[in-house]
Amino acid sequence: MNTKKIIGLAVLACALPAVARAQKTAADGIAEYRKMLEDGNPAELFEAKGEDLWKQPRGPKKVSLQACDLGLGPGVVKGAWVQMPRWFADTGRVQDLESRLVSCMSTLQGFDAAELIKTPFGRGEMANITALATWIAGQSHGLRFALPQGNVEEQRFYELGKRAFFFRGGPMDFSCASCHGEEGKRIRLQDLPDLTMNPGDGIGFAAWPAYRVSNGQMWSMQHRLNDCYRQQRFPYPGFASDVTVALGVYMGVNAKGAQSIVPAIKR
Amino acid sequence: MKQRTLLATLAAAAAVLTLGCASLPAPDVLDAQADAMIKASFRDQGIAKVDRLNRDLGQKACSSDKAPSDAVAKQIEAESLASIKWPSGGQYLGDWRKGEKLAQNGRGMTWTDRSADPKSNGAQCYNCHQLSKEEISFGTIGPSLYHYGKQRGVKDPLAPESAATLQYTWGKLWNSKAYAACSNMPRFGHMKLLNEEQIRDVMALLLDPQSPVNR
Repeated sequence: MNTKKIIGLAVLACALPAVARAQKTAADGIAEYRKMLEDGNPAELFEAKGEDLWKQPRGPKKVSLQACDLGLGPGVVKGAWVQMPRWFADTGRVQDLESRLVSCMSTLQGFDAAELIKTPFGRGEMANITALATWIAGQSHGLRFALPQGNVEEQRFYELGKRAFFFRGGPMDFSCASCHGEEGKRIRLQDLPDLTMNPGDGIGFAAWPAYRVSNGQMWSMQHRLNDCYRQQRFPYPGFASDVTVALGVYMGVNAKGAQSIVPAIKR
Repeated sequence: MKQRTLLATLAAAAAVLTLGCASLPAPDVLDAQADAMIKASFRDQGIAKVDRLNRDLGQKACSSDKAPSDAVAKQIEAESLASIKWPSGGQYLGDWRKGEKLAQNGRGMTWTDRSADPKSNGAQCYNCHQLSKEEISFGTIGPSLYHYGKQRGVKDPLAPESAATLQYTWGKLWNSKAYAACSNMPRFGHMKLLNEEQIRDVMALLLDPQSPVNR
């Protein structure tokens, strides 16, 4: 841990009681902290690992992922993240970055897709997918979301994602919209972005993958959605399942024009 | 019959897609596709089983950015009101100190929680509501409940003039949908999130003049 990071943590520790006194500065305090960590974000370690994994010959077939098409042509990484999820002709599916990585790792490198999908977050090849997703998303840092909606399947997934977003169920009657359907709301001191629209640069869909200081973990968008559903008291969403991809389309299209600050840093 | 129609519609939709005809299915077809997609996307994990996706009338009617029709909303409210279990022996109030602890506790019912027994659940209150002046870490999804009893003129919760407020508050905690069909608030009694004793403690927190909510 470098000096800047330690100072950053100390600043956060000092900032919290102040936040307690003046409520609305919670986000300001965190934004300030994030600013201080900008060139010391531990996410950089995951980005470096991800870049390595992309270029290394790996898997049963011992080839790299450099021929993987993320939507802008084989091997094109820059700009891909802010245009995903999107429709892919070769799989005939709408895919987000992580489900696309599973496809490429399976077809190019010979990994077993079903095994990859079953692997828990933070373990084995799933930790590698997260690192890959962090690096790939980071290559679109500063770019603005512009998901394609030209294909009817992309439009259909937007509609399905919207329905999933408002789907109320479980023992607490929660939907995504319970927390993210209105502007200016909080849970405890945590600000909640309104994801039915563009909530602003670097907020909501434009803030993941992110490094989480509180648990020292790097979270991809799939991991973020997974934990939303946990807190929604829903059953467990399959990794890269259609509901997660459809929600990605809904939130990503709504975030049109929002600047990605990825990889972000969170409390 | 209904299911057969649904299957036929889905098959037709699939055929359209295979043929590459570039038009979006009708809204009701999309509704059915979304339900099927959701059912196929989740699995059991710990106490969180897939049967949690089976929605009752209210959950279904409130699963959209549009409010249900007045008639449906009234039906949800009437059914919810009729479902309320009133406190045994007319005992509405417990211990506000225990109520405050429950209000602070946001745990329970996730797939990482071991038991779905109400005893292992919190009442979640501060997640969404302001309650006392002392606790500044509160959410804003629900209205502020600071001075909840005081504002309603509850000087003595056991006095006859407090009875209507006590009843409404119990009902709201037991099944919030009795008073607003699509309320964001969980149905703590109806969904067995809290037991009667715990609800009594939260009632005391809201209505006892000595509790931090009313001081």
